[in-house]
Amino acid sequence: MTASLLDIRDLHVALPEGSQRAHAVEAANLHLAPNEVLCVVGESGSGKSLTARAVMGLLPQPHVRVSQGEIHFNGEDLTKVSAARLRQIRGSEISMIFQEPMTALNPVMTIGNQIDEVFRFHEKMPGKERSARALALLEDVQLPDPEQALGAYPHELSGGQRQRAMIAMALALDPKILIADEPTTALDVTTQAQILKLIKQMQEAHDTGVLFITHDFGVVADIADRVAVMQHGRVVETGTTREVLLNPTHPYTQSLIAAVPSLTPRPARARAQEAVMRVRGLQKTYRSGGGLFGGAGRVVHAAKDVTLDLARGETLGIVGESGSGKSTVARCIVRLIDAEDGEILLGETDLRPIGRAALRPYRSKIQMVFQDPFASLNPRTRVGKIISQGPMMYGLSSEEARDKARELLEIVGLDALAYDRFPHEFSGGQRQRIGIARALALEPEILVADEPVSALDVSIQAQVLELLDQIRDRMNLSMIFITHDLRVAAQVCDRIAVMRYGKVVEEGPTAAIFDDPQDEYTRALLGAVPGKEWFAAAEISVETDPQTGTKDAPPISA
Amino acid sequence: MAFWKLYIRNRSAVLGLAILVAIVVMAATAHLFYPDDPFRLAGQSMSPPGANGFLFGSDSLGRDVAAGIAHGAKTSLLIGIVATLVATFIGVIMGALAGYYGGLIDDLLMRTTEMFQTIPSFIFAILLVAIMKPSIESIIIAIAVVSWPGVARLVRGEFLSLRNREFVQACHTLGMSDIRIMLGEILPNCLSPIIVIGSLMVATAILIESGLAFLGLGDPNIMSWGFQIGAGRTLLRSAWWVCTFPGIAILITVLAINLVGEGLNDALNPRLRERQ
Amino acid sequence: MSHTTKRLRYVAKRLVQAVPIVFAIVVLNFFLLQLAEGDAVDVLAGEAGSATPEYMAELRAKFGLDQPLPVQLAVYLKNVLMLDLGYSFRHEMPVSELILDRFWATLLLMVSTILLAVGFGIVLGLIAAVNLNTWKDTAISIFALITYATPLFWVGLMLIVVFSLNLGWFPTSGMENFAEFNEGWDRVFDIAHHLVLPTITLSLFYLALYTRLMRASMLEQAGQDYVTTARAKGLTERRIMFVHVLRNALLPVVTMAGVQVGALIGGSVIVESVFAWPGLGMLAFEALFARDLNLLLGIFLLSALLVVAVNLVVDIIYSSLDPRIEMS
Repeated sequence: MTASLLDIRDLHVALPEGSQRAHAVEAANLHLAPNEVLCVVGESGSGKSLTARAVMGLLPQPHVRVSQGEIHFNGEDLTKVSAARLRQIRGSEISMIFQEPMTALNPVMTIGNQIDEVFRFHEKMPGKERSARALALLEDVQLPDPEQALGAYPHELSGGQRQRAMIAMALALDPKILIADEPTTALDVTTQAQILKLIKQMQEAHDTGVLFITHDFGVVADIADRVAVMQHGRVVETGTTREVLLNPTHPYTQSLIAAVPSLTPRPARARAQEAVMRVRGLQKTYRSGGGLFGGAGRVVHAAKDVTLDLARGETLGIVGESGSGKSTVARCIVRLIDAEDGEILLGETDLRPIGRAALRPYRSKIQMVFQDPFASLNPRTRVGKIISQGPMMYGLSSEEARDKARELLEIVGLDALAYDRFPHEFSGGQRQRIGIARALALEPEILVADEPVSALDVSIQAQVLELLDQIRDRMNLSMIFITHDLRVAAQVCDRIAVMRYGKVVEEGPTAAIFDDPQDEYTRALLGAVPGKEWFAAAEISVETDPQTGTKDAPPISA
Repeated sequence: MAFWKLYIRNRSAVLGLAILVAIVVMAATAHLFYPDDPFRLAGQSMSPPGANGFLFGSDSLGRDVAAGIAHGAKTSLLIGIVATLVATFIGVIMGALAGYYGGLIDDLLMRTTEMFQTIPSFIFAILLVAIMKPSIESIIIAIAVVSWPGVARLVRGEFLSLRNREFVQACHTLGMSDIRIMLGEILPNCLSPIIVIGSLMVATAILIESGLAFLGLGDPNIMSWGFQIGAGRTLLRSAWWVCTFPGIAILITVLAINLVGEGLNDALNPRLRERQ
Repeated sequence: MSHTTKRLRYVAKRLVQAVPIVFAIVVLNFFLLQLAEGDAVDVLAGEAGSATPEYMAELRAKFGLDQPLPVQLAVYLKNVLMLDLGYSFRHEMPVSELILDRFWATLLLMVSTILLAVGFGIVLGLIAAVNLNTWKDTAISIFALITYATPLFWVGLMLIVVFSLNLGWFPTSGMENFAEFNEGWDRVFDIAHHLVLPTITLSLFYLALYTRLMRASMLEQAGQDYVTTARAKGLTERRIMFVHVLRNALLPVVTMAGVQVGALIGGSVIVESVFAWPGLGMLAFEALFARDLNLLLGIFLLSALLVVAVNLVVDIIYSSLDPRIEMS
């Protein structure tokens, strides 16, 4: 074993009494060598983040605390050192970056001042030198205008720029260890690729050991030297990236890796001639600012001349990053937002201009599944009522509606007992199933799914995608599937439309676009998908060696 | 009940509730213990507390201070609660419409709310009562008119954030009517803060009422704590008790209501509770 | 765009937003005047003892009271613009002169109260939050809880009983001792001496309010992500509390200080009448008893304008604390 920079032995992190389990982290052993990237992977609740915080002494004490074990760093046990010593180490020898750079930076302090603090608290240095070094750091992390960024407040930078500033701050004193807690999760895929590259560059340039927390195996493949997989607070498997990704030994790791959707599009199905819906020249703009003293207001084109065709029975993916307008288009189609111009043709009827009352008969034909399983169900309404109130509004008696709701619960894979419960009694995946049941209750022709799996853990994601597939075939649904995740799109969509700045830049059969993207932006998106090469290699090995059986991992209940 | 369990974890809230219950009992039984009109002469004037059978003494006209406090409790609670109900009703409607519809309606209603918040509320209440002539109704109306903007802002904020929640959008895709979405889906989800602000408003209303009565704008036919203090201020040098005890009554009542309000807030708002 | 231009733009925007509010208040004032029973002519007639209906009709025509309502409103608006708020028949003086005469006393009371309440409120709230769940926190919280529930006028009376009547430290009423004919600094000290009890009385409730708000705001901010970042940078708890948390925690307190100005002026009516402080509140109290509605409405209008003005000052302060102003 190489000399350890950080050695975590038998770490236990205790949760407050009355929690679901006694320990958030249990008997965890991890070690990190200099100039190494160790990825700690796990789903939500695996204890990966608390492990990272325990190293920094940043657990939300006194409720959550280290109850047993040691964390050795350069010959010191961090669980035992004084508070003053720990403060010395933080920021200078071990530093940390976080998931959400907007909230992780102080909103009323300039970037320059926030970096300056690190120097001031750890080293005696004249002010001139401090600001020179801060500027050099911002140049190192490749911020476009470092001078200006020094005087900027966090809200004046973009998400990716903020994360760069965070990294600059963390690396200010050349720490031996950088702890990165899901640093790219809140970012778009192209930005994520840049930030990952930056972390890797900085790590190599400074010989830093990086403890990288993530839930995404694609990211693991791109950045890790070694991997530790956590489940329910325990480290179930550790090894080099190659070992873990290509030859996982623990069943949980195997199932996790198997659940990562493949980037190879599944075989195309025959496309029906009949179009269920045709969208023509859809326009939607948002205005911000402006007014008497705001100068000229900024006009954002959320949808600019969007034209799409949805054939019966097919799944059309709308793919893009945040701000591309993909959600706006979805919401215009279900008429949650009124588009300014264009046609939304359902059969021969243009839904765009008609009023709310006239729209009502068509509402039931297009239903929507939402992104956030926690926000999409009314916390004060019982599941049964959530599902049955739609059909009752369209004339079903309460008995009929109840029977229908029970039947739907079964179809989406939930117990009929769920009928009388409240949403908070269910997990994220189960709630998403309830949301699907609600959408199906009106027997729609078209299902618009807005990022239906992006808030879910990867294993549950796979199950929900499979459910959507099943019901699409069973009910002969046509689907519009909004996603930012090209892997998901590859597995679900027959055709995809790639959007950027409100425009459809490219549209066509999924396989054709993945094989031979025409637009430059599509190529950039495809290029930025994390873990591309690794998983392509893994798929080949699976095909050549069917015995490994990773494709048929045991299901995990949602 | 889960709510009750959460509530009794907060000891000061339980204390507040106990005091409040005692005050309600006092108000309800005032006519049993002091069956006579509290404005009537009841014995020797200017008696100090304990003398001549006066628990809290008597004033210059020989009125029993204790009887006034018992009967005044009724006035304070009645005006506090009714004014709050009226103000909450107005505030919820204004806030709900503004928050739900946004745009021009929001602008219009919120400018109105802002205007009402800009107006010095107590002077406005004085004006309204003076114009309408002091009576229990005019006092209630005046207090309600100056109190609703707080509720409206709160409800608007809640509606504004809830109307874009996905479960509300799901109701739109079902074709549900606006009124049903507002009353059936959104309102139940903002009841907790409304209950909390309402309970705290009762306390404020009692303070405003006592201030009006102190200035001589109370209903002349009804005994109230503010009136007692106002009538006793000229006796400060010779009979301190006339002002002191009604003031303590106001203080204890308002304190109890505030404690109950905070208890409700802790019990109904799990996010705040976790922090403690 | 630089931060300074953004700030200027923000303040200008708030200034423009205040215009319709002021206009609406003036219109409201007009309608309240209409609502009141009887008009100036009735009052005049009442003063004179008897007046023939013909004479009253003539007077009405003279004052323009026989005109249709919109015309009267237009005349009223014009008058307000010219700072003509009508005539007080009780004081036999124009309302605007009367009000201006008393304005400075109220402004003095207001400014000293705001400084005391906001300043000490912030300090006490900060102490309570930094020493969370210790005796200091408990003592401050109980103090705030009790003062928050105490009626102003009662506090005033009790302070008079204790500090004026029994201890004799402070005068019971008035703004200065005219009998002494003080000049220069002597006069300043005399006024300050008179100012102590009214200021304490008026500020206690708001002191409690800001203390509670500051404490809650500090605790809320202490749970934010950027605090974790600051800890991860190795900063001391002192630095985190007093630099990072404090500035963010001040924002809602400053906002609240603006919102509460209106209530504060209302409170001054009570405090001034308790201490016979010769300000607008006292004038309002007198007008109330004399049923001098014209004067009462004038005071109401001016106090509303004062709130608008103070709110603008608060906006300027706020804009220097929060760089994100343009986003909201």
